[in-house]
Amino acid sequence: MASALVNVPAKAKRGAVIEIKTLMSHIMETGYRRTAAGELVPRDIITSLTCRFNGAEIFRADLFPAIAANPFLSFFTVATESGNFEFEWIGDNGFVATASAAISVE
Amino acid sequence: MIERHHVSRRHLLQLGGTVAIIGALPIITVRTARATPATLASAIRNLVGEANVQTGRVKLDIPPLVENGNTVPMTVSIDSPMTAQDFVKSIHVFNEKNPQPNIGNFYLSPQAGRAQVATRIRLADTQKVVAIAKMSDGSFWSASVDVIVTLAACTEEVL
Repeated sequence: MASALVNVPAKAKRGAVIEIKTLMSHIMETGYRRTAAGELVPRDIITSLTCRFNGAEIFRADLFPAIAANPFLSFFTVATESGNFEFEWIGDNGFVATASAAISVE
Repeated sequence: MIERHHVSRRHLLQLGGTVAIIGALPIITVRTARATPATLASAIRNLVGEANVQTGRVKLDIPPLVENGNTVPMTVSIDSPMTAQDFVKSIHVFNEKNPQPNIGNFYLSPQAGRAQVATRIRLADTQKVVAIAKMSDGSFWSASVDVIVTLAACTEEVL
């Protein structure tokens, strides 16, 4: 099943720019491949990733079939206060997966 | 004289290289490639509207020669202070020859601190990849990279 890997530093100094890395296991079937019999394999991709910090959206990505399987995404944010990052992946065929990570800011 | 000789020799070699690449291209293009430079241009037009897209401020990091088009690391970073007054609103990445012109859209806020995203993409052919950044003042900046792909993505059959 779906499994997510999220990498957020556990601790950071206030005001520091931190990198967040996410990895989601998913086939990202493009919808352009064919079976040996010539039938088109239906599209099955993750279409968006949203990252919220203490409820407020800080990053969002729209993904297309041109994103490689098991989509990896990294981005940055400023550590302002201690709290929780929530990640949500949404995809075709009702795919939804979530993950969270805590950070303590001093 | 020696210098001039060198230049002409280099030109000859470059010419030979270009011819070899062009010669190899049709073999790859026959199998895939539905998006065209025209669809790339219209996808960009959809995003920017009538605005002028300037070259610069965007850095697009992709290896120029890719062995496997199924997973190509890509980093886009933009020269921006990322303050509440001056920040990158979004980053959009396009390609020339995949079945679809879009690769990804990334939406940032001043909270990001650094305007940089990284991911892994698929490339179906040797082609141009374009990254466009939309700034908070409404201006657009871009960078493009030509990538040579030896093994194209999405050509293999599913068993």
